[in-house]
Formats: sequence, structure tokens, C-alpha cells
Amino acid sequence: MLHEALISPFVEFEFMRRALVGSIALALAGSPLGVFLILRRMSLTGDAMAHAILPGAAIGYLFAGLSLGPMTIGGLIAGLIVAVGSGVVARATILREDASLAAFYLISLALGVTVVSLRGSNIDLLHVLFGSVLALDDATLILLASIASVTLAGVALLYRPLVMETVDPGFLASVSRAGGPTQIIFLALVVLNLVGGFQALGTLLAVGIMMLPAASARLISQDITAMIAISAAQGMLAGYAGLIISFHASLPSGPLIILVAGLFYLLALVFGPAGGLMRRLKPRPHLEA
Amino acid sequence: MSAAIRFSNLTLGYDRHPAVHHLDGDVETGALLAICGPNGAGKSTLLKGIVGALSPLSGTVSLPRVKTREIAYLPQAADIDKSFPINVFDVVAMGLWKRRGLFGGISSSDEDKIHRAIATVGLEGFERRAIATLSGGQLQRMLFARLLIQDAAIILLDEPFTAIDSKTTEDLLDLVARWRDEKRTVLAVLHDLDLVRQHFPQTLLLARETIARGRTEDVLTPENLLKARYMIEAFDRQAHTCARAA
Repeated sequence: MLHEALISPFVEFEFMRRALVGSIALALAGSPLGVFLILRRMSLTGDAMAHAILPGAAIGYLFAGLSLGPMTIGGLIAGLIVAVGSGVVARATILREDASLAAFYLISLALGVTVVSLRGSNIDLLHVLFGSVLALDDATLILLASIASVTLAGVALLYRPLVMETVDPGFLASVSRAGGPTQIIFLALVVLNLVGGFQALGTLLAVGIMMLPAASARLISQDITAMIAISAAQGMLAGYAGLIISFHASLPSGPLIILVAGLFYLLALVFGPAGGLMRRLKPRPHLEA
Repeated sequence: MSAAIRFSNLTLGYDRHPAVHHLDGDVETGALLAICGPNGAGKSTLLKGIVGALSPLSGTVSLPRVKTREIAYLPQAADIDKSFPINVFDVVAMGLWKRRGLFGGISSSDEDKIHRAIATVGLEGFERRAIATLSGGQLQRMLFARLLIQDAAIILLDEPFTAIDSKTTEDLLDLVARWRDEKRTVLAVLHDLDLVRQHFPQTLLLARETIARGRTEDVLTPENLLKARYMIEAFDRQAHTCARAA
């Protein structure tokens, strides 16, 4: 009975297995990025970047229809242009990074929607915005797995300067030149993951699998390594649970994965031991020293 | 004695307005130099110029014996993010960056060194404490421990004892004295002139330009201090291009 409800959908249907593998890859790679975005107070950057990717993907789509290669490459290019562009504008002009990022992504999004509407019906647009985790082919799975591998290796490589750049950027700048490149590579990894995520979940939800588990991990733990682990675990669990629920209830799977992640977040908000609401309302007795 | 830092016709500033104007001279290796002067005299600016955080409007700072990034620099308000989940030990360990870089493992002798540095600044037992829980004085002690670990030949301190109680100041001054004994070059921006007279043999009195420089008791005279104050009040919004700018 339980087996039937929880496991047999994956045994019976290949598209379910593929969806599960895809979401696990996304959750694994997205978790350290999400945790660092939150700690760097850049939670909304992921959202802005996700919108920025749209026109690139749309131009790829315009040329080649719904096919993986051109849309991925287009998205990657658009994302990197916006990431690097807003970084350069922030350094070269009086505008701060958030303002220039907002400007770039708004232009980018408007351009993207216009380009999508040039061809294609509304159904195609829905695909771009909300993805299709149930239709992952071999090429997409390989792409997702490669992105996850590159991201995890990249984060491992950058871990030390990334932590230092976040805690004490002035100190890192005084002892090393690593700060600038670290920031750029980090943003590039974020773009890479959003491009991968939008194949499976769509641009709007790709950010969710990155940020929601990370935000809830922040409420659960004070330790950055633990936060990354908790975030990855939650992301993978949300992928699995979202797929199962969507299978049984015949609901769209992408949004359900995010809804489950959102549910975890709400639970952490109330019960999180590292700053959740319960800790506020029912503080533990204070210590002697 | 050879020079550790050499200024030649150095002008540093913001938006074309000079904050340090035509500074010349050497800081000798092993010097313990206080930098004094009114607010806006260019003291912090000078330190930023030495570490390369600010490029000169004209002239040069040169470091004959070390590279710029080998200087240990404690800024006035360290832009440390106190809400970041990291503990005291890990922050102090950052001082090892020069030697361990991206991947270098932290050996057990490094760990001993870090523990000793933390004990030296009087924070024993705080190793696993999150930095968010530290007081202002404890935070400053931690940053001094990181300076110890950096093991640098030149150490720059920007108002290290501002808003720090007398006990902590005393403890940290002991460290400064130790650095002098180890022949490190220490420059400190300070406002407490009594403290300077007691602990710093040499002083540079700055008010955009050098007012006086040399042995502390010769520099910190009432006449010089008055002169420094006058210099700063002469701010001109419609300033012309400096005639001395070559």
C-alpha cells in the first residue's frame, strides 16, 4: 500500500525517475549557492537573474524551437551579460549593484517576453516560464548532472575566499586579489544553475529550489556547513515529495515541488531552532555566564 | 636603518580634493609611529594609501622590503558582517591566508598558533563562540589575534582603541610593544595624546600636510597642535588646481 503510493510511481514510469534524478541534481547544486546568496544578502539576486535569462532562452527558442542546446546557450549568454554588466556598472558608476541589476533584468525580461511572443503560442510560453520536469530527455539530464558537478566542484574551490569575502571583504581585499574573481565566478555558477533549473522547473521556479531550502536552513542551523547540508536534504526531499503528490493528485509537478519546499520553509519559520518564531515566543532560560 | 615605507610627494584624496597633500619622507623599519591630527587630517586616508586601497592623486608610496598585500591592516571600522555564522577561531584563522591560500590545510601547529594567539589577546574559551555574540572589545581582541597570525613586517592600525575600555587597551598595547621588540614596523592612528606620549616614541602630526614629525615630545607641542587645527579649518570649496601639482 505504502509502497504503491510512495515508490511504485517511480518504478513504473520512466519519466518519474528522470524527474526525480533531475530534481536531486538541482537541489544538490542549488543548496550551497542559495545559502551563500542569503548570507550575502543577495536573496533577490537569484530572482532577478532568473528573469534575466529569459530573453537569451527566448532567442534560442526563436531560432530553433523548443530544443535544449540553443535555449541553454542563449540563457547562459544573457545571464552572464546581465551578471557581469551589472557588476561593471556598479564599479564604474555611482549606481549600486542592486539598482543596476534591477535595471538590467527588467530590460532583459521585457525583451524576453517580446521575443517569445514573436513566435509560439501561449503553451510554449508556459513551458518556458514553468518548465516541464516530467519531460526530461537524456540530453537535459546530462546537462543537469554536469551543471551540478561543475557547481559543487566550483563551490569547493571557492569556499574559503567566498566565506572571507562575505564575512570581511575589506580583509580579503587587503591580503589577496581573489575577491573580484570569486564574486564573478560565484554569480556565473548561479546563472549556470538557473539555466539548468529552467529546463526542469522554468525560470520562475528555478530560483525557488535554490532559495527556499536555503532560507529555511538558516532558521534551523547556525553553522554554515550544516546549513548547506540541511538545505540540500530539504531540496531533494521537496523534489521527491512534490513529484509524488503531483502524480497522485494530477497537479503540475514543478509548482508542487516548490510548494513542498515552501511548506518546509514555513515549518522552519515556526519551529526553527536558530531564530524561528517559537524561539522568540518561548525562549529557553538564560545561562549563568 | 632602512626604510620600510617611503612617501615621495604623495597626494591622496577624494574627488580631486586632497586629504593628504605632498607628503614626503621615510618610515624606518622597526619604527613605532603614531599618526595624530584633527578629524579630516588625512590619517585614515594615509593608511588606505599605504595598503593600496586608494590610489594616489599624485606622487608615490613605495615599500622597499615587502609587497603591498603582506601588510597587516586593521581599518577603523572593520566592515565585518557580524551576523555571518562563523566562530572566533575561524576568523582568526583567516590570518593564515597568505601562507595557506585556497587549499592549504591548517596543520596542527597552525591550530596551536591560532589557539595561542586567541589566548594572548585574552579570549581563551571563546574559540567556538559565534562572532555575533561578541562585545566591541572582544571583537577588537579577536581582530588583534588575527593580526598576530598574519605575522606581518608592517602593521597598520586605524584608531584601534576607540570605544575600547582601558583594560582592553592596556592588553592590546602590550601586543604593540611586543611587535616593536620583534622589529616590526607599526603605524597607528590615535587620538589619545597621553597614550601616544606614553607608548609611541615617534609621531607624525598630520593636517593634510605634515605639521611636524619626529620624537613624540618634540612633535606634540601646544603650538604644533594649534597649527594643525588651523590648517584643517581652511577648507575651500572653490579650490583651484594645486600649483604644486606637476
